[in-house]
Amino acid sequence: MLTGVSEAVYYILAAIIIGSGVMVVSMKNIFHSALFLVLCFFGVAGIYILLSAEFIAAVQVLIYVGAITILMIFAIMLTARLYSAQIKQSNEQVVPGLIIVSALLVITIFALSKTTWKLSSQAPETQTVAEIGKLLMTTYVLPFEIVSVVLLSALIGAIVIARRD
Amino acid sequence: MIGLNHFLTLSTILFCIGIFGVLTRRNAIGILMSIELMFNAVNINFVAFSRFVTPTALVGQIFAIFIITIAAAEATVGLAIVLLIYRNFKGINVDNINIMKW
Repeated sequence: MLTGVSEAVYYILAAIIIGSGVMVVSMKNIFHSALFLVLCFFGVAGIYILLSAEFIAAVQVLIYVGAITILMIFAIMLTARLYSAQIKQSNEQVVPGLIIVSALLVITIFALSKTTWKLSSQAPETQTVAEIGKLLMTTYVLPFEIVSVVLLSALIGAIVIARRD
Repeated sequence: MIGLNHFLTLSTILFCIGIFGVLTRRNAIGILMSIELMFNAVNINFVAFSRFVTPTALVGQIFAIFIITIAAAEATVGLAIVLLIYRNFKGINVDNINIMKW
């Protein structure tokens, strides 16, 4: 349970995340969407710090803000003809989409409020970086290796796909 | 008092925004961005459960790291495909790209 200042911080971060998330899916100019995506990722990093997961917050800023968004902006720049504001950015499914999404939202939040979780009142781990490092090298070493192979194959695949032959 | 349900609600809202983006965007890069929003919603869920249900085990955080890695791989391959589509079709609006429909 978080109280006091954390409460205010949570609501500010939630407002930033939801506001910029809505902007990402509704902006006319796709480049502005990418900039709001950066803001949204920073808000999510703040939420991780609030949940005392500092390492995930650092990884979030490094990979999402530093790498993925820059990759997106690169792709937008390389397809520059489409990044002007005159082009219609959403298809004719806005109203059905809104209905489906709000139904999903209502159902999920209803289910959440009816569920009782097995909450633990223990204090969270303080040395998360050291603990995550140990776990990745002992218990989770096989998934760790597999995920690095996946990343390598994605790299090679991207080069092969995008190569001009 | 901010509990687990607050974080789960936030991630649900973010996930729904992402789904809305995937359903309504015409631009392939916009769809990829919406998918990243959905990945972030899932990660908030994992870290929140890790904090409130198993505060000493850190399993949720490890899972979140793996998801971030897969998201990076997905973005790389997705954007490579987008660039290839742009080169072949002179545009990346997904409603013009329908050669695999019959």
